[in-house]
Amino acid sequence: MAVSSITNLGRSGAYDWMVQRVTAYVLALYTLFLLGFLLFTDVDYASWGALFHQTWFRIFSLMALISMGAHAWVGLWTVTTDYVKATAPRFLIQALCGTAMFVYVVWGVQILWGH
Amino acid sequence: MLVSVYRYNPETDNAPYMQDIELEVPAGKDLMVLDILNLLKEKDPSLAYRRSCREGVCGSDGLNMNGKNGLGCITPMSEVVKKDKLVIRPLPGLPVIRDLVVDMTLFYQQYEKVQPYLINDQPAPAIERLQSPEDREKLDGLYECILCACCSTSCPSFWWNPEKFIGPAGLIQAYRFLADSRDQAQAERLANLDDPFSVFRCRGIMNCVSVCPKGLNPTKAIGHIRNLLLQRAT
Repeated sequence: MAVSSITNLGRSGAYDWMVQRVTAYVLALYTLFLLGFLLFTDVDYASWGALFHQTWFRIFSLMALISMGAHAWVGLWTVTTDYVKATAPRFLIQALCGTAMFVYVVWGVQILWGH
Repeated sequence: MLVSVYRYNPETDNAPYMQDIELEVPAGKDLMVLDILNLLKEKDPSLAYRRSCREGVCGSDGLNMNGKNGLGCITPMSEVVKKDKLVIRPLPGLPVIRDLVVDMTLFYQQYEKVQPYLINDQPAPAIERLQSPEDREKLDGLYECILCACCSTSCPSFWWNPEKFIGPAGLIQAYRFLADSRDQAQAERLANLDDPFSVFRCRGIMNCVSVCPKGLNPTKAIGHIRNLLLQRAT
């Protein structure tokens, strides 16, 4: 009989596994791109502002941000279900992680498109 | 040689303790750890441990020897004894009944979950269900498991979630039946494994592979199950 769970990201382990891998690729790409930008561009307010002014980069950034949220949720959910045995504190920690994830995504949207 | 053995008798002891015993080991012989336990039992008959076939087939004497799980009967002293000292503990992560004897209920419950038997509703043929040599070969490296529990009790994922994560021993059996050409229940078997705990709690640290006394590779079997689950859902 399958184990039931309602606090993980998807309802299935395969889904969580896939999300974890796909988001890892997005985050790796984003990190490499930013590293390349920092290394090969003369970084000042103008170049940084110009980068974030482009729609494709805002979309890329939002994708990385959402990936970070999903990736962190799958990972932290796993850590809490391993190490926090009592239901109430575990649920509380998961709720805090979920809230932080949501706040970061919304805040990120505001930063990217707010101005 | 100094032997340090985990002792606990719930009827007389408040808490488990380590008993240090100086043991004269016959010179010129590379005794097995089970022989050492037999020598200890001659000194102190109250020492409790499981053993049966004494040749690595029955899987009764899974123990933790100097920090590594294995079968006492086929683990020579030369392999585990460090600095003339041997520490023998019960398999980690399972409740201790007495001394080196653990309660394997959780382990067997996980084994039971994978329905470790052939499911085939077709009427049985007059002689036997035939299988091609190629299909039979797919079961090599899977069917040899003796359920000694060395792997599952060395797995942190099994320690933290022994009632939810099936564990390497159960999963290698699960794949043994998923891979069997005569089995007809692959879809139902996979549906029962798709949750976030049963299979996916494996983090691939491969303790199971490093301790298996039969040289099997549960991590590889788990990888095959994961691929089947992903194929089924994408």
